[in-house]
Amino acid sequence: MSITTVPKPIAGTSSFLDDRLGAGNFLKRNLRKIFPDHWSFLLGEIALYSFIVLLLTGTFLTFFFKPSMGEVPYEGSYEPLKGIMMSEAYASSLHISFDVRGGLLMRQMHHWAALLFVGGMMVHALRVFFTGAYRKPRELNWLIGVLLLTLALFEGLTGYSLPDDLLSGAGLRITEGVAISLPLVGTWITFFLFGGEYPGEDVISRFYSLHILLIPGILLALITAHMILMWVQKHTQMPGKGRTNENVVGAPFYPAFMVKAGAYFMFTFGVIALLGAFAQINPIWLFGPYTPADISAGSQPDFYMGFLEGSLRLMPPWEINIAGFTLPMSVLIPALVPMGIIMTGLALYPFIEQWVTGDRSEHHIADRPRNNPHRTSIGMAAVTFYGVLWLLGANDELASFFHISLNATTYVGRVMVFLGPAIAYYVTYRVCLGLQRSDAAVIGHGVESGVIKRLPNGEYIEVHVPPNPAIEAHVRGKAPVPMLPGADGDGGGERDGVPPKQLRGPLGRLRVKMSRAYGGEKIPLDDGHGHGEEHAAIGSGEDRSLTH
Amino acid sequence: MTRITAGRRHPLARYAVLLLALGLLGGIYTFVASTTGRADASIAAGRADDVAEGKKLFQQSCASCHGFNAEGSNVAPSLVGVGAAAVDFQVSSGRMPLARPEAQAPRKPPPPWVNETTIRQLSAYVESLGGGPTVPAAEQVDPAKGDPAKGGELFRANCIQCHNFVGAGGALTRGKYAPNLTESTPTQIYEAMITGPQAMPVFNDSIITPEQKRDMIAYITGVRSQVDPGGAGLGRIGPVTEGLTAWIVGLSLLVLAAIWITAKKRQAK
Repeated sequence: MSITTVPKPIAGTSSFLDDRLGAGNFLKRNLRKIFPDHWSFLLGEIALYSFIVLLLTGTFLTFFFKPSMGEVPYEGSYEPLKGIMMSEAYASSLHISFDVRGGLLMRQMHHWAALLFVGGMMVHALRVFFTGAYRKPRELNWLIGVLLLTLALFEGLTGYSLPDDLLSGAGLRITEGVAISLPLVGTWITFFLFGGEYPGEDVISRFYSLHILLIPGILLALITAHMILMWVQKHTQMPGKGRTNENVVGAPFYPAFMVKAGAYFMFTFGVIALLGAFAQINPIWLFGPYTPADISAGSQPDFYMGFLEGSLRLMPPWEINIAGFTLPMSVLIPALVPMGIIMTGLALYPFIEQWVTGDRSEHHIADRPRNNPHRTSIGMAAVTFYGVLWLLGANDELASFFHISLNATTYVGRVMVFLGPAIAYYVTYRVCLGLQRSDAAVIGHGVESGVIKRLPNGEYIEVHVPPNPAIEAHVRGKAPVPMLPGADGDGGGERDGVPPKQLRGPLGRLRVKMSRAYGGEKIPLDDGHGHGEEHAAIGSGEDRSLTH
Repeated sequence: MTRITAGRRHPLARYAVLLLALGLLGGIYTFVASTTGRADASIAAGRADDVAEGKKLFQQSCASCHGFNAEGSNVAPSLVGVGAAAVDFQVSSGRMPLARPEAQAPRKPPPPWVNETTIRQLSAYVESLGGGPTVPAAEQVDPAKGDPAKGGELFRANCIQCHNFVGAGGALTRGKYAPNLTESTPTQIYEAMITGPQAMPVFNDSIITPEQKRDMIAYITGVRSQVDPGGAGLGRIGPVTEGLTAWIVGLSLLVLAAIWITAKKRQAK
């Protein structure tokens, strides 16, 4: 039997499957799919693999969890709560933690995986944003991503509430506060959600259905769509040698990328298991059972809800009273405005950018963040806005840990939530331009060789050498940010004649102005000035130091 | 004389000298120690002496803020009627005497002159000014005699809104804070409840009975000595440190792993 002959059991099975599913053709087409290589392209996989861990550990937890708010005395093995009246949900969570073999590990892994799920989504979204990977043709996949992130927040909120401990009750109370503050429909929605007066007896079982069935189902469907679209549209790649808008340079799915992805799944699983085993998370037995009368100092939501907590803490106590109706702005604004700004901003950004730049072409080469300075600055301003709110969500812990006045943190936060993004915008913009200049210097002057040379006239110069070809190709991947046709002239569209119809009127003129600011080449790579004496090159076989 | 001179070189002589010296030292020590002991005992015998000594201590270390007769001033409250429990709580935890005026007196190591005797004398003096809550007896604060489950319910209903769910402490307004309860002795916890130091309200015996206070002490001391079953406790302050760990440990490790996995790149030919 020669080595090239396929053993009969394998050949038989595979032809059986191939004849019925056409799997051979499918695999032939897809196994050699090329995936570009960059560490930041793996960040989304953190969320994907955490989701798998969430499904597995979550299934384990449902075997023992009882989603009921019926009151029972605690009979389990945790001594300091013996005989205390509590909901069945809380009692069964304690049962999982102390009396189910491996239950605490599963609970902790589930919770850590949830944090990494949302965290992974965030860093992935930031990578996509800052490299402009959301541009045509990937806008729809970007929208799916924004939807996934929003759903993940609700998935987290419902899961956080299920154990019915004192801390989760605090989150539930805020949820109720937000729902009831909605104008006109608030009371209806609240009574509908809680099945009557807060806290009622229904909310845990309702959140349970949402948490284990509806939202994960939608998440799973959207993640699948996200993956299929990515597969069909191919992954973007970083600019570099031999990489164009028409090709993909990287490793084939089988075997190289599959091994990398498999290894990364193991890493993700390993980190979650490590955290679950060695770092305690959500110690519900310390919080105690939920009663609406009790609240603990330092009650915080999980990190992904921290920005909402922060905006609530920053808000001054504004209230509007009209004809006997109260409009609690102090709850409505912090609950809806930051979430609206961030999620709507994320969803609309690709389309706003298209409107401003007039760019309708496809992009498969990622931008380096510095090469689109306004986009990067807008992103950093948003990160700062989010970050200030997030930080202030923990202002009581900050005050008590760093021994500063709680009031001072609130006052500083109220200013920084507006000032911070502006500073971040300016600083980022200058940093981007500085980095572009440094790129131009590398292309125009070469890199410092560390060799000092003495000229015949006694002058000392440092010899510069041309950059490594890979680096040069990476840097030369820069393209000017697109601009509306007609916006690039000094006087805008008007100078070359009558501006197109959509650029007339106040909105059109604003669009031209924005396009001119946003687009174009701020720092050209080859700025045209000649090589001076100090730009001597060695190593390229040509000593140009004396030719100028 | 010659016998002694001759005996000096005897092999056992050095042991004899050593024994003699040790005996002498021990004898002198016993004599000195017993006299000081008798002196202390004579002071302790009379309450009046305690009050007089306490007044002396008060005038040395406390009067500059609380006034020469503990009548209070614009920077410190009057101590008439605060009771022995307040003195014991403040002085034994090092909060008083204050090092400098600030939002709140922090717990710190007490100055060297503070010991059981001086605290008793100071307490006696302050009590002599107008009564007040007294220091609880040892069995009143014995955690072993309390019911931690009942105490936990009371603790959650009355304490955690400032002190956090395990007594890790928390921030209050304008630099004030609820301190953590990790170092507080059972007696100090009891005294804090009956005297309401600084920003803390008073939980007198009609609100929380002495037995309930003992239950709470049993819960507080039990929970704080509990080994965290889930691994590192992360400061036991809830989701803030958990989020920090998720980002700084979890995501950082995964980013490093991603960089490692993709370190070797394919180059286009």
